[in-house]
Amino acid sequence: MKDKNLKIVDIIFKPHLVKYEVLDKTVARSNEDILKEIIDSGLRGRGGAGFPTGLKWKFAAEQKAKKKIVICNADEGEPGTFKDREILTKVPRKVLGGMAVCAKIIGAKRGFIYLRGEYKYLLPFLNEELEDFNKHLKEIGLDFKIDIFLGSGAYVCGEESALFNSMEGKRGEPRNKPPYPTVAGLDNMPTVINNVETLVYALMICSIGSKEFKALGTSDSRGSKVFSISGDTPIPGIYELELGMSVYDFVEEFGDGDTKAVQIGGASGFCVPRKKFKETIIGFEGIPTGGSMMIFNSTRSMYNVLHNYLDFFEEESCGQCTPCRIGYQQLKKGVEAVKHGEKNEEYLQQLMKLTETMKLTSKCGLGQSVANSFSSIVNNYREEMVY
Amino acid sequence: MTEVQEKVRDLSEKYGRRRENLLPILQGIVEKEHYLTSEAMIQVAKELDISAAEVYGTASFYSFLDTEQRGQYVIRVCKTISCDMKGKNSIIKAIEDVLKIKVGETTQSKMFTLLETNCLGWCHKAPAILINDEPYTNLTPAKIKAILGDYIRNAEGKQKIIGDIQYER
Repeated sequence: MKDKNLKIVDIIFKPHLVKYEVLDKTVARSNEDILKEIIDSGLRGRGGAGFPTGLKWKFAAEQKAKKKIVICNADEGEPGTFKDREILTKVPRKVLGGMAVCAKIIGAKRGFIYLRGEYKYLLPFLNEELEDFNKHLKEIGLDFKIDIFLGSGAYVCGEESALFNSMEGKRGEPRNKPPYPTVAGLDNMPTVINNVETLVYALMICSIGSKEFKALGTSDSRGSKVFSISGDTPIPGIYELELGMSVYDFVEEFGDGDTKAVQIGGASGFCVPRKKFKETIIGFEGIPTGGSMMIFNSTRSMYNVLHNYLDFFEEESCGQCTPCRIGYQQLKKGVEAVKHGEKNEEYLQQLMKLTETMKLTSKCGLGQSVANSFSSIVNNYREEMVY
Repeated sequence: MTEVQEKVRDLSEKYGRRRENLLPILQGIVEKEHYLTSEAMIQVAKELDISAAEVYGTASFYSFLDTEQRGQYVIRVCKTISCDMKGKNSIIKAIEDVLKIKVGETTQSKMFTLLETNCLGWCHKAPAILINDEPYTNLTPAKIKAILGDYIRNAEGKQKIIGDIQYER
């Protein structure tokens, strides 16, 4: 990297010379020892919400239940995110290894990968890996078996409780929380559900040690993260970078020299305009992301970008709660009316109020997060919304 | 028992007759029949001993579990922002030109259906589409026309045409 402020890391994709080596060494350690290592590392969920992984495992381990479940959330649907597919393609054994370590700690005997329907082409390959892996678990005496559950094209099923409903054969509608998954998840059993990338980091922390992991990143955002970079960049793709960089440094490396805005965290994330590149940090203390980084240059209309997001959410809303179902339709109609001159500019304020209502009253992140992208685009590119 | 009912019965045998097996069963029907007919959904309801409304209600939630007639090959063009910026409209236009159908329609021969879909997870290789389960990426109008040509020449579906994504070990 030409810029010293950006550091490329190689934890996730680094190939292992000996098959299942890390897993075998890790399962030989005590549960307390492994859990302490993961909590110490400060690893937070890499799917976007950022819940401390070690604590999640601890909560599930403390539950007294006969049956517990480990789920790998591979329902990667956020616009601009594609790193989980790459991880599953390049290092599936590390993902499975992370699930097995989790199962050992919480005492689960069943595990599932919820694979989004769009990635069905990966099934033959993953099933082959799974067969080998399940056999290996038997050999090392770990009573745990993993299967794949295929989704069928619904963004909202990436929300953990919607995912449980989907696996139970129902409409993928999010549930009320609490109870949280570690208490009552799939079929009301204590469940740990982690993003693909989180599981790999958990396993790798057991190998490299929490100290080395913690040496990367900042106090709020420990370690590194896999980024999915797309849009107006000469080098789109998947990169593992140290957390805590500024958007400015990011754009210096990945922009095309004409970058106008960066959307961090996908359609449900934030849009950062050029004037705020230097002061904005990518990480939990600034703008967190599940990995989606979309770069827009000056030829792009931010109205079109916003309209595309609203279109996305309007279709993907599960329709269960009114603020989200009706809200997105009204937001889309509203920005169209302002653009076409049927409503004046002040109407944007009213729409902004609507996003606040949706944030307060929607059941899940799909309805709550609209305020992020809507206000960050409308506030920073007001002229483009009107003219 | 009709052919469809037999298929549903076989799938129920394979996956089990509990509610949690509903999605795999419906996915199995779509894989063979390309969409869910009323007859198939009613049979699923009988096999699982739930109401047909429950089956339809669940199926209609998922965009890949079509309840309207679809062709042998369902083309789904990603319309989310990265693909939109990289020219998905020109891809749709090229497909429409070759197949003489619009988005949402099925060819008279029932070979192709053209649909738009949300983010497929190939933003770095936009524009991208799925033809049934196979992804095709970095498309240009010329490339998609060539791909459709392959499918048309292979009309009986004797050969399985594999997408342009190779996975590495």
